[in-house]
Amino acid sequence: MMKQIADFTLVGKECYGTSVLLRLREEQPLPEIVPGQFVQVRVDDSPNTYLRRPISIHDVDPANHEISLLVQMVGEGTRHLGAANVGDRLNLVLPLGNGYTLPTKGERVLLVGGGIGIAPLYYLAKSMDAKPTFLLGGKKASDLVRLDAYSSIGETLITTEDGSLGEKGMVTMHSVWQQRQFDKIYVCGPKRMMMAVADIARANNVWCEVSLEHMMACGLGACLCCVEDTVEGNLCVCKEGPVFNTRRLKW
Amino acid sequence: MVNMTIDLGRGLVLRNPVMTASGTFGYGEEYTDFVDLAQLGGIIVKGTTLNPRQGNPYPRMAETPSGMLNCVGLQNKGVSYFIETIYPRIKDFDTNVLLNLSGSTLEDYVRGAEMIDVLDKIPAIELNVSCPNVKQGGMAFGVTCAGITQVVAEVRKVYHKHLMVKLSPNVTNIAEIALAAEAAGADSVSLINTLMGMAIDAERRQPKLSMVTGGLSGACVKPVALRMVWQVAKAVKIPVVGLGGISNATDAVEFMLAGASAIEIGTANFIDPAISAKVADGMRDYCSRHGFQKVSELIGALEG
Repeated sequence: MMKQIADFTLVGKECYGTSVLLRLREEQPLPEIVPGQFVQVRVDDSPNTYLRRPISIHDVDPANHEISLLVQMVGEGTRHLGAANVGDRLNLVLPLGNGYTLPTKGERVLLVGGGIGIAPLYYLAKSMDAKPTFLLGGKKASDLVRLDAYSSIGETLITTEDGSLGEKGMVTMHSVWQQRQFDKIYVCGPKRMMMAVADIARANNVWCEVSLEHMMACGLGACLCCVEDTVEGNLCVCKEGPVFNTRRLKW
Repeated sequence: MVNMTIDLGRGLVLRNPVMTASGTFGYGEEYTDFVDLAQLGGIIVKGTTLNPRQGNPYPRMAETPSGMLNCVGLQNKGVSYFIETIYPRIKDFDTNVLLNLSGSTLEDYVRGAEMIDVLDKIPAIELNVSCPNVKQGGMAFGVTCAGITQVVAEVRKVYHKHLMVKLSPNVTNIAEIALAAEAAGADSVSLINTLMGMAIDAERRQPKLSMVTGGLSGACVKPVALRMVWQVAKAVKIPVVGLGGISNATDAVEFMLAGASAIEIGTANFIDPAISAKVADGMRDYCSRHGFQKVSELIGALEG
């Protein structure tokens, strides 16, 4: 799969509090992109942002040469990205990393997302044969964005820590764990949440893939900055991941 | 037509002055989607030690204004793995492939250099005596004249091709260190390696790096690097390879004017994976624009 550096035009933007959906169009056809892969976005004119920002791919529309990024504005770099206007150009390196392993038809699939970690699960769900179940968690209702979009492609279960939406508590406390069994669990979110889900999966002997979010520099496996300590030694999250089967991790 | 060739001596001839710095370009394979390696003077592959090293724990990187700190700690699978697994994949790249060799003991350096010496397609070693991120050795050899004399002289005895010595900027007088390397048999010196630095997360009251300190690189170090290249080039007779924050062709030309015979692109590869070839093109354009027939005419051509 060829990686490329390309200028994209921001053709659509939706704001959701501290998150923003950026719809980006390339003139040329997109390379093949698999769910779970990410892009490295260059942040121009932001004095304290030197490196690109790795952002997971939220959605892909090959017919219109478009990708969507769901960006949480947590620091100066991502706030700068969120301030881009329709018509602005953004420079991307893509597609990077390895994606999720798609389920086979008929498998019962649970997609667990925490906070902005729900982002890559959307394109993952759209790429599946099976109709998935989402289990999405946040501290409060406003942390969970685009829920209509998620509901349109799968059953959507919610937890919030303050109880403002769905069941009160963490994703690992949702009643679905007592009621249903799954063949494959896909997770993206804060590390502690992913580790807790991985524990449940392991206890029930269920296949589980997680997407790690480490600080990166090159995004290409060259600088060795973004390593995770795995059963195979230190592996670059950008190149060997960001998606890992939990059996490969020391969790 | 500008002649872009640079001869660094003892068989190391570059088709243009641009190389990629160790630790920023992997084994070259990571960048072939973005750069035709035949457009580069050379690539210097990831720092390699005699024995495998796991490197330091995460987090290994912290962004800083116009730069970054790293404390990777020479993670690599060792010289034998390089020879058996990586060398066969990269030996036929249409560019000079240099190996950056590091060690924690004198014996490690010597044994590693012996093993690399027999590889036909590796025309040079860049001897790394300046890694700030490993506890023993590494930089310890590179910060005293006695240390650098010892390691360069011992490696010189067993290594018969071009021996480039990468210098640490974390010294009082880098020209003295360069002179010691030259006297001990180095064919060239490259500088600068990263500057020791530190970053703190004030909210958590914790260091940002697992090792607390790390090496600073990126555009922010360029003025320091340029000054050191200028000082060293005035002091030594062997070629100087300049690096440190080079982000475009103008930066590269500045290093040549300060006395560098060739340059390396490092951290800039992270921001634009295609930058190295662009710098080579831009240097050619500069020469055309200023009427230089040969890029080598730029070396030390600083006026005033």
